[in-house]
Amino acid sequence: MIEARSLTKVYSGKAAVDGIDFQVKPGVVTGFLGPNGAGKSTTMRMILGLDLPTSGTVTVGGRGYQGRVWPLHEVGALLDARAVHPGRSAYNHLHSLAAANGIARKRVDEVLEMVGLASVARKRAGGFSLGMYQRLGIAGALLGDPGTLLFDEPVNGLDPEGIIWIRTLMRSLAAEGRTVLVSSHLMSEMALTADHLLVIGRGRMIADMPMSELIARDSGDRVEVRSADLQSMAADLRDAGAEVTLEPGGTLRVAGLESRKIGELAAARGHVLYQLRDVTASLEEAYFRLTGESVEYRAAVPVAS
Amino acid sequence: MNAQAGTVPRRGTSLDSRLRATARSEWIKFRSVRSSPLALVAAALIVVVGAWLLGVGNRDSAAASPDSGAAFDPVFTVFQAIELAQLFIAALGVTTVTGEYASGLIRGTFLATPQRAQVLAIKALVFTVAVWACCTAMSYQAFFLGQAALSPAKHAGIGDPGVLTAVFGAGLYLTLIGLLGMFIGVLVRSTSAALISLFGLLVVLPIAFIEIPGKITKNLAEYLPDAGEQAFQLLHTGSYTLGPWQGLGVLAGYVAAAAVTAFALIVRRDA
Repeated sequence: MIEARSLTKVYSGKAAVDGIDFQVKPGVVTGFLGPNGAGKSTTMRMILGLDLPTSGTVTVGGRGYQGRVWPLHEVGALLDARAVHPGRSAYNHLHSLAAANGIARKRVDEVLEMVGLASVARKRAGGFSLGMYQRLGIAGALLGDPGTLLFDEPVNGLDPEGIIWIRTLMRSLAAEGRTVLVSSHLMSEMALTADHLLVIGRGRMIADMPMSELIARDSGDRVEVRSADLQSMAADLRDAGAEVTLEPGGTLRVAGLESRKIGELAAARGHVLYQLRDVTASLEEAYFRLTGESVEYRAAVPVAS
Repeated sequence: MNAQAGTVPRRGTSLDSRLRATARSEWIKFRSVRSSPLALVAAALIVVVGAWLLGVGNRDSAAASPDSGAAFDPVFTVFQAIELAQLFIAALGVTTVTGEYASGLIRGTFLATPQRAQVLAIKALVFTVAVWACCTAMSYQAFFLGQAALSPAKHAGIGDPGVLTAVFGAGLYLTLIGLLGMFIGVLVRSTSAALISLFGLLVVLPIAFIEIPGKITKNLAEYLPDAGEQAFQLLHTGSYTLGPWQGLGVLAGYVAAAAVTAFALIVRRDA
């Protein structure tokens, strides 16, 4: 369990993290979502005792990070995968971390095997691809077999096979009862991986809810209708008080009327329906609705839609 | 919470086992990059080969008139290459810490060992032991090779007054220079900025103080970090009045000041 209370970090007068409260519970994958500069990495560094909060507290398993004697046994983290001396081999990099926490060499070989780097373990890390760095970073997080894991953008640079691998890994780590916090700007990836979402924007917590609830919150009030006679169907729907737009491809997008009511109306007026479907908002849509106000660096030129 | 802890053996909670784990980790880091042995080998080559070349080159002046022979320092003559080698040792001290800051590895180090002051203290200790052992060995090598190259002209034996101190002091001097580099590296966190600061302190300032006329600069020049060079000289002539140990003491003072600042910063600063 990770717990933050009124967590605040001010950099030269500007609040990067502005009094946020949250809990990350064990047994589920918690996604940490937000635009660039929202405060995700700062929050993670404060959880890990690297940055000191300006005010407020954050604990892992009820204790702060800084007082821990053998922290890797309790908390594992992947922050910046490239944070490896380029001249050091993958094995020696992990061995130095393991030695600092009394972890046996055997475990170094184990995690290298787990992440698929055993064959390049003795090669200098400087020649690694970004995907290999990510795997090495994940191996480092797993070294102490910790109950709490933090991953900052773990799928960056991974190939499709690697992405599926890390997704499966995170889900299985959570299924074993561990606390898993994953930050990402890839919303589609979050939708597939996370059970619970923390959405942050401009240093403030915008949403803290189960993934399904977040998506449901922005759905349900829109229905897609395809029918034989679009014009008269649209007219009848408008008469019933709905807002109707004709989409390209011969689909009506209806707001303000439930799908059940639309079906009943179609039957009463003798319309032939080809399709009647509740529109589920994608995580993208829900996310943009939430963070629309809180993007710090917005392009001056609107993105063509 | 710790679902799978059983598969990884844990260490005790005593300070002793914690310190030993940090030392093991820092030693693995020190020896597992090429730059550390390379810098030591480069410094050793400069000092040892330099001693031989300087010995051969100064054989004539050492054997010259008895008058100049009196002012001839056979130890410092063959140890002058240390002034060049010190830059390699300083750079090794710098990169031992700035390498971690540049790559971001310092965060990984602090994640494994949140006791930051302990990390820095152990890092300095590992560095001191490794560099001091190598530099003392190279200074003995350089002394014997250099004196052999000087002979049959005036040369020194290891048992002559002050010679053992000078040979031992040369190793200490280089180690202190390396530590100065390490602590300045912590202060500025950038390889280039640290190297420039050191170059200024060790090379530019001493020359500047000699060039600027006046008694004040002459007196102050004695208290620059390179006062430590008195350690490997037999004759403390010219404007210098400090002996070998006082000279090393001045340098150690700079190292201590840099260390105090480095410890204060590394504990408070965001990593």
